[in-house]
Amino acid sequence: MSRHAGGKRLGPQQGEVIDRRTSFEFSWNGKPVNAHPGDSIVSALAAEGERVFSRSFKYHRPRGLLTASFHDPGCMVQVGDEPNVRGAHRLAEPGMAVSSQNTWPSLKFDVKAINRFAGRFLTAGFYYKTFMKPEFLWPTYQNVLRQFVHAGEISPDTPHDYYDKRYAHPDVLIAGGGPAGMSAALAAARAGASVMLVEEEHQLGGHLRWSNPGAAAELTAEVAATEGIEVLTNSVVAGRYDQNWIAVAQRDLSHARERLIKARARTLVVAGGLIERPYVFAGNDTPGVMLSTAVQRLINLHAVKPGERAVVLTANESGDAAVADLERAGVEVAYVADARKGEDVVRVHGRKSVRSVELANGRRINADLFVTATGWTAPTSLLNMAGDRPVYSPTAARFLPGGNGDDSVLATGGIAGDGTLDQLCEHAEAIGTEAARRAAGHRYHQLAAVPTRYGGKLSKPRGTAATLPELGVHEHPELFRASTHGIVDYSEDVSSKDLHFAVKEGYDSAELAKRFTTATMGPLQGKLETINAIATIAEATGKTIAETGTTTWRPMYTPVSLGALAGRIFEPVRHSPMQRWHEQHNATPLVAGQWIRPDHYGEPSAEVRNVRENVGIIDVTPIGKLDLRGPDVPKLLNLLYVNKWSKLGIGKVRYGVMCAEDGVVMDDGVTGRLGEDHYLMSTTSSGAARVWEWVENWLQTEHPDWQVHVTPVTTAYASINVAGPKSRELVSRLTEGVDLSAEGFGYMQVRTGRVAGVDDCVLWRIGFTGELSYELHVPASYGLHVWEALLEHGKDLGVRPFGVEGQRILRLEKGHLIVGQDTDGLTKAWSAGIDWAIKLDKDDFVGKPELVWQQENGDGARLVGIQPTDGNVVPPEASQILTKSGAIAGRITSSRMSPTLGRSICLGQVDAELAKPGTLLTVHLPTGAKVAARVTEHHAHVDPEGSRQNIDTPPAKPRPHATPVARGPVAAGRKTTTIASWQVDARRSSAGLRIADHTLLAKVGVRGRHDGAIAEALGTGHGRTIRDNGSAVVVGSGPGEWLVLGSPGGQDKLLSRMRDLVENTGEFGTVIDQTHGRALLKLSGNHAKDLLAKVCGVDLSDAATPDGAALRTSVARLVTDVIRLDDNGVPTYLLHCERSSGQYLFDALLDAGAEFGIEIDGCPTAPTL
Amino acid sequence: MIQLPCPWCGPRNASEFTHHGEVTPRPDVGTATPEEWRRYLYFRQNANGWVDENWYHTAGCRRFIRVRRHTTSNETEATR
Ligand SMILES: [Zn+2]
Repeated sequence: MSRHAGGKRLGPQQGEVIDRRTSFEFSWNGKPVNAHPGDSIVSALAAEGERVFSRSFKYHRPRGLLTASFHDPGCMVQVGDEPNVRGAHRLAEPGMAVSSQNTWPSLKFDVKAINRFAGRFLTAGFYYKTFMKPEFLWPTYQNVLRQFVHAGEISPDTPHDYYDKRYAHPDVLIAGGGPAGMSAALAAARAGASVMLVEEEHQLGGHLRWSNPGAAAELTAEVAATEGIEVLTNSVVAGRYDQNWIAVAQRDLSHARERLIKARARTLVVAGGLIERPYVFAGNDTPGVMLSTAVQRLINLHAVKPGERAVVLTANESGDAAVADLERAGVEVAYVADARKGEDVVRVHGRKSVRSVELANGRRINADLFVTATGWTAPTSLLNMAGDRPVYSPTAARFLPGGNGDDSVLATGGIAGDGTLDQLCEHAEAIGTEAARRAAGHRYHQLAAVPTRYGGKLSKPRGTAATLPELGVHEHPELFRASTHGIVDYSEDVSSKDLHFAVKEGYDSAELAKRFTTATMGPLQGKLETINAIATIAEATGKTIAETGTTTWRPMYTPVSLGALAGRIFEPVRHSPMQRWHEQHNATPLVAGQWIRPDHYGEPSAEVRNVRENVGIIDVTPIGKLDLRGPDVPKLLNLLYVNKWSKLGIGKVRYGVMCAEDGVVMDDGVTGRLGEDHYLMSTTSSGAARVWEWVENWLQTEHPDWQVHVTPVTTAYASINVAGPKSRELVSRLTEGVDLSAEGFGYMQVRTGRVAGVDDCVLWRIGFTGELSYELHVPASYGLHVWEALLEHGKDLGVRPFGVEGQRILRLEKGHLIVGQDTDGLTKAWSAGIDWAIKLDKDDFVGKPELVWQQENGDGARLVGIQPTDGNVVPPEASQILTKSGAIAGRITSSRMSPTLGRSICLGQVDAELAKPGTLLTVHLPTGAKVAARVTEHHAHVDPEGSRQNIDTPPAKPRPHATPVARGPVAAGRKTTTIASWQVDARRSSAGLRIADHTLLAKVGVRGRHDGAIAEALGTGHGRTIRDNGSAVVVGSGPGEWLVLGSPGGQDKLLSRMRDLVENTGEFGTVIDQTHGRALLKLSGNHAKDLLAKVCGVDLSDAATPDGAALRTSVARLVTDVIRLDDNGVPTYLLHCERSSGQYLFDALLDAGAEFGIEIDGCPTAPTL
Repeated sequence: MIQLPCPWCGPRNASEFTHHGEVTPRPDVGTATPEEWRRYLYFRQNANGWVDENWYHTAGCRRFIRVRRHTTSNETEATR
C-alpha cells in the first residue's frame, strides 16, 4: 500500500519484478518517493500517481509515460550528476536524487512552454533560417540557443566513474533474450557452441514477461540450467562491424558504471523482437497516451495501475491483451475502438493529462488514459550494419530483413516474421542450430591456423548447411497517422506537419527530410519514429513507403557513454631501474615517449658545471640498444649506415648515421664490436623501436639469406654515463678486469668487465658531452646497485647526478646534433653536417641514390653552429633566420645559454649560401625583434679540438664495495628476502587469484631456424612450451625464437647448456642471457583467464590457448608474451615483457583483477617451474 | 576492426600489426634514374581491388608477412 493518496500500486501480479518485502525511498525533484527493489525510477513514480516526467525538447510540452521501456522519450531524467538517464529503465536505488530535465523553473510551470504558443513560428528549419543573419549576432544566437539545448546538466567537478572493458570470443552471440533469442541460445548451446545471450532489459523473457509469465520463467530457467550460455542482462549489442566485431555495452555493474565488451562472434543471431510503434494524431504526446505494451508492462511487471478510465484503439492482439489487462487491473475500459473495423481517433483533449478522447465518428469520451496498438517496427539495425537492406511489406505494415547480408549473421523472432509462440521458438531453434554449425566451421579454420593448441589432428566439423526455415507474416493494417497531425519524433519534437513542410520546401527524400527536420536524429535514433516519418514523407510526396525506403541505421544502436567507449585507458610507461631513486631525489620528471626521465635535480646549469669541473652521472637507460650477432653483421651495418663498417676491429666503436630511402636522416648512434661476430648497436631513445623494426624489415624482406640475429636489449641494461675530468678516477675505483688507462682503453673503444662487483657490464668510452666519459651498460637488475656505488665512491670527487636538460646543454656546447631536433623530415644527410661520414663509394646503402643526387645538385640546407652577437640573447628554438632581403633562409634548431661560456649558443639550419663560417645572419625572434648572429667555425662551441675527452689521468685501484643486489622491476613490499642475490618481496597470499613478480627466474633467449636442427634439439616450436630434461622450461615464443626459463641464479649454467646445444647442431644460432632484460610476472587462479580477457584481445579458450600454449600479443596495450603453464590444474599464466614496463604491466593486471579480488603474492622461497 | 590471418600466429586483430604499404620492388641502386627511384619512393597503385601489402606483426611473431587484401571488401589472404 502506498502512503500517498494518489497510490496506483496494484495487488501482486504473476510476472511482477518488484520485491514487495522491502521498500526504500529516493527523491523526485526534492520530494521523497517510495519504491520497491525492482522498480524503475518511473514505475515507482507512476505508482505514486505521477504522470509528467519531463518537458519536451523544443516546445516544452509536458511528457509522460509512452513505452515504459528504455526507449521512452518522455522519461529521460537527471540522476544526481548524471543527465539523460532512461527513467523507465534505470532501477530505482535508495537515496537516489532524481530530477526532471528540460524544465525551468519547474516541471509544473515551465517558462519555455511559451514555445507551444509560438509553435507556428518554430517550424522545421526555423533555427537554420532564423539564426543565420546577420553574422555578427552569432555569439548572441549561441547564448539563446544554449537555453534550448537538450537535456540535463553535468558538473565539471563530477568525479570520474570507473568504466571497464573486456574481450569475448563466443561462437554464437545472440542479440535479444526474448523467446526467440532464448530458444536460439538453447539450440546453439546444445549443438556445442559457446553462447553469449545479450538482453537489453533487466530480465530475459521479452514480451512473454507480460503476455505469458509462466512460459517466460520456464524458458529462463532452462537457459540458466544449460551449460555454455553466458547471459548478459541490462546489456545491449550496440554495433556490428566487419568480421563480426561486436560492441556490447553492459550497464550498471557493481564495480563499474558501464563496460564495453568487444566480442569477436563467429555467428551473430539478431533476435531483437519488435518495437511497438506510436500513432500520429493531434495530442498524441499528452501524458496519458500510452502504447499497449506500456500498459501491459506497467500492470504485469510493476503492478502499477496506468489510469482510471481508458479508451483503447487496437489493430492487433497486443491491443486486445491490453484491454484484458486493464479490465483485470480494475481500470474502467470506456470504449475499445477497433482499427481493424475502420475505427479511428481524431485527437485527445487535455494538456497535462488526457481528459477525453475524440473518435473519428465524432464521439467524445471522457478518459484519463488512451491506449494505442497500431503496429510494429522491426529494429533491423544490426542487420543493416552487416550489409542487409530491409524491405517494406505492406501486408505486415513494417520492414522485414532483406535476407542479403553477411552469412555470419542470422535473424529470428519478430524481426524475421510472425507466428505463434511455438512457431517462433521452432524457427529460433533452427536458426540457433545453424548458427552453431556455421560457428563450428569458423572455429575449425581458426584453430587450424593457431600454433598454440595441442598437437594432433583437428576433426573437421560435420553437418551440412540447413535450409533456413522462413516465418510467415500476419496481415496488419497500415496505420501511421490519423486525419490530424501529431508528433512523429518525440525526442526532437518533430510533427507530421513539419515533415510535410520539409517536403514542400524541396527536401523530398527520406534522408534529406530527416536532416532538415532532425526527425529520427534524437536520442531514440529512429526506434519509435522511423516508420511514421517515412510513411509521412511518402504521403507528402505521393510515393509508396517501399519507394521512399528507410533511412540508414548506424552504430551505436543505443547511446553508449564515452567513458564506456574509452574503457580502461591503457598507456604503457617505461621506467629505468633507477627511477625510484630519481623520484626520491626530487628529480623533475620529463615524459619522453613512454619513458619517464629525470629532467634535472634542481639546477641544470650547476649540473653542467659539475660535469665540466668534476664528474657527473646520468641515467641514459632509454638509449636504444640492439644486440647483433652473426657473420653478416658488417653487411647489415654497411647497408643501414651511410658510413663504412667492414674494418671495425674488435673492441672498437664507431658513430653512424642512418638514412631512409629518400636520403633523409632517420637515426644515429654508435655501434661497437664486442667479439668476432658480436656487435652492440645504440640508437636514439625515441628511435629504438622504429630502428629495430627497420632492421628486421631489411633482413626479412630484402636479405633473408644473411646470417644475422637482432635482439633488442635496451632495457636489459641500465645505462649510466659517467662524464667529467674525474670520470676515469671514479670508474676505475669500481672496475675490475679492464685496463682503464688512456692508452689501454682509448676514445671510441668498448670493453666488457666487472663494475661494482657486477659481471658482464659493457663499457664504452664515448662522449656526447665532450668530456672524458664512460658509458656503463649494467645488467638491469643491478642498475640501482651500481648507480648508488658510483655516488658513494665518488663523494670525494664531487660526483653528482645530472639530468636530460644538463645533457642537452652539454651536447650543444659540444655541437652534437640530435636527430629530430636539429634535423627534420626533409633533412638529407648532406644537410646534417656529417659530410665526413657519408661514403658514396660503397656499392649500396639505404638512401644512397638520393645522396648522390643531393651532392651533385648541392641542394638542401646546412647545419651550422650559430652565436648571437649579443651573448645574452637566447633565440628561442624555431626562430627564423632571414636573408638580407627578409626572406626566410633557415631556422634555429637548438639554443641554450652556455654555463661554460657564459653566452648563448645555437645550432641552426641555413641555406647553403649562408653556411660559410663568419657569415652574419639575421635572426627573427617570435617577439618580432631581429638580432644579429654569426655562423661559427665549428658545430662545437666548447673545445672544438676535442682535447678535453683525451685527458690522460691515471686510473685508480679498485676499492672494496657493497655486495651486488639484484632487484626486479616491480616495487617490493616492506618485507623482503634474498634469493640468489635477488632482493624479493616476502609477502605470501593465499587468495584465489594472485600475481607475483618472478623476474628472478633465469631466462635465456635462443634464436635459430624455425624448422631446423636447433628447433629439433629444443623439442618445441612457436606456440608451445615443454619442460626439458634439464628441468628448464622451453617456450616457443616466436618462429625460430625460444625463451628458456630456469631456477633463480642459474642463468650462467643454462646459458652454457644452450650454447652447447646450439653448437652441437652446427646451425647458425644465437644464445643470449635475457634474465635482466625481461620482466616476468606469474598470474594464477581460477579467474586468471577472466582477468586476461579484460586486457588481451586473443581467444584464451582452452581449445585455442590450452595449458602449454605460448603466444605474444598486446596485453593492456603492451607487447607481452603469454605462457599458459597450469599449476596442478589451477590456470596459471607467465607474462613477460620488456623489463622497463614490468611495473606498468603489474599495475594494469592488479587494476583489471580488482573485481576478482586479486592479491599480490611475494616470493618468499625460490619459485619452481 | 578486421583481423589479419597471420601465417605464423593465426588470425589476429589488425591493431597488432604495422602496415608497411604496398609491395614495391626496390630498383637497382647502381642504375636507377631519379624518375625510377622516386616512383619506388612515392608512387603506389592505390587500387580499388586486390593489392599485395607488407605488414609487420609488431605485437605478435614480429615477422613481416605478405598480405593480399581487397581494398573494398577487406578480404585477405596472407603468406609468410
Ligand atoms: Zn604473427
